[in-house]
Amino acid sequence: MTEEIIIAGFGGQGVLSMGKIMAYSGVMEDMEVSWMPSYGPEMRGGTANVIVILSTERISSPIIRSFDTAIILNQQSLDKFEGSVKPGGILIYDGNGITRHPERSDITVYRVDATEEAVRMKSPKTFNMIVLGGFLKVKPVIRLGNVIKGLKKSLPERYHNLIPMNEKALERGMEIIREK
Amino acid sequence: MERELRLMKGNEAVAEAAIRAGADGYFGYPITPQSEILEYLMEARPYQTTGMVVLQAESEIAAINMVYGGAACGKRVMTTSSSPGISLKQEGITYIAGAELPCLIVNVVRGGPGLGTIQPAQSDYFQAVKGGGHGDYHLIVLAPASVQEMADFVGLGFDLAFRYRNPVMILSDGAIGQMMEKVYLSPQKERSKEVPEWATTGKPPTRERNIITSLDLDPRAQEVFNQKLIAKYDEIREKEVRYEEFQCQDAEYLLVAYGTSARVCQKSVQLARAEGLRVGLLRPITLFPFPTVRIRELADQVKGMMSVEMSAGQMVEDVMLAANGKVPVVHFGRMGGIVTTPDEVVENLKSKILRV
Repeated sequence: MTEEIIIAGFGGQGVLSMGKIMAYSGVMEDMEVSWMPSYGPEMRGGTANVIVILSTERISSPIIRSFDTAIILNQQSLDKFEGSVKPGGILIYDGNGITRHPERSDITVYRVDATEEAVRMKSPKTFNMIVLGGFLKVKPVIRLGNVIKGLKKSLPERYHNLIPMNEKALERGMEIIREK
Repeated sequence: MERELRLMKGNEAVAEAAIRAGADGYFGYPITPQSEILEYLMEARPYQTTGMVVLQAESEIAAINMVYGGAACGKRVMTTSSSPGISLKQEGITYIAGAELPCLIVNVVRGGPGLGTIQPAQSDYFQAVKGGGHGDYHLIVLAPASVQEMADFVGLGFDLAFRYRNPVMILSDGAIGQMMEKVYLSPQKERSKEVPEWATTGKPPTRERNIITSLDLDPRAQEVFNQKLIAKYDEIREKEVRYEEFQCQDAEYLLVAYGTSARVCQKSVQLARAEGLRVGLLRPITLFPFPTVRIRELADQVKGMMSVEMSAGQMVEDVMLAANGKVPVVHFGRMGGIVTTPDEVVENLKSKILRV
């Protein structure tokens, strides 16, 4: 099993950290993982993206241009990466601020309105965990228990009190994701 | 002892491995895409545990000369930088090579020339392998293709540096420096208390003064020294060549690639084989010494070779020398900080070699 994922959005949306949690969770699942971020000026306020590969085999190239799954968090990223999803792959996006919705018919498109839901839950910072929950619902490549373990690994200990809130966000994401 | 599993960036792995390898000192100056090395070491504060010195110098030139000084005292010292910073260090590097001192230099390569870009490239191959500074000298050059090798080559680099009294360079790139992968870390090694007999640590009554210099004004003596260096490089060529092969046994076409490009090419081999093309990959792990002998052998087996590098074509010259005209050798590469994709490699193999 190999799952090749791109996560893309604005800098500050938690794109890189969502990828990191995925990668840590993959390690907990005893998989091979790679996490390849965009870096430099892109991180400073522009668009940010990260390629995460989870695999039961040795990972060859950590840098790829077509993906099984694209997780898209803003319009620029949708415009940039919609075409990079492999035919038969999936695209997950947050509808917030999206004016041109995904158009491809050879992939499965899911919508998870995490921005809205995070505001409703009064915890905007768990936005990325709602998205991750949605992903895990449609692509259960990692077990929830291992995601929590991954979360513990990637969060500094002083934030471990936030784990229950993140767990709730993951579960919420699983509930609200919808196929388009 | 069991090795500890972590998920780390390549840069962080270098820093942690340096502490664990028992390094005595790190001297650096920040530059993207390798600043995490200095940041990690500053945060880890090894001077409180192993006693390793971590110092941000006032410039790259100061950092390499601190390395020169530390190495002259027989210490395990290192510096890291990225392309423009490594250019600044070249004077110090040739002096260190000329003084026959061990040290470790890490270049996390970004695109050039000049300030270029901060994205990954492999355009410093000539600089690393053919000299970089002035005079007839070689570095031992290790080319990691994973975060694991970023960690492993730190200890290996120090060992080779001391075995041959020669500077060692880890030639990495922005992609391997920035990406996170699983890495198994070696247990903490104690810092060596041994003082090499050539180190300048003060003259005891029992021996003559030790002199560290790269200067000899007597041409005949300098030539004798040059010949000594040549003999050392020949010994390194004979004993230290390292490479890895993927599906070369029945290969009709050979890709040659190191570092990030070798990772890309592994996938290209799979893609090409799925189309029925018998393609293999040779990945040099040491760039100096280069796996010339093995490539020469493969030249008797394959119909053509393609060197894949994120450069305008540098290593391809060494592949050509190794193939020695027996088979066509071509180059394919992206530049400017763009990483080649696996299918691009296959397309170019088809258009450049298969039609020959």
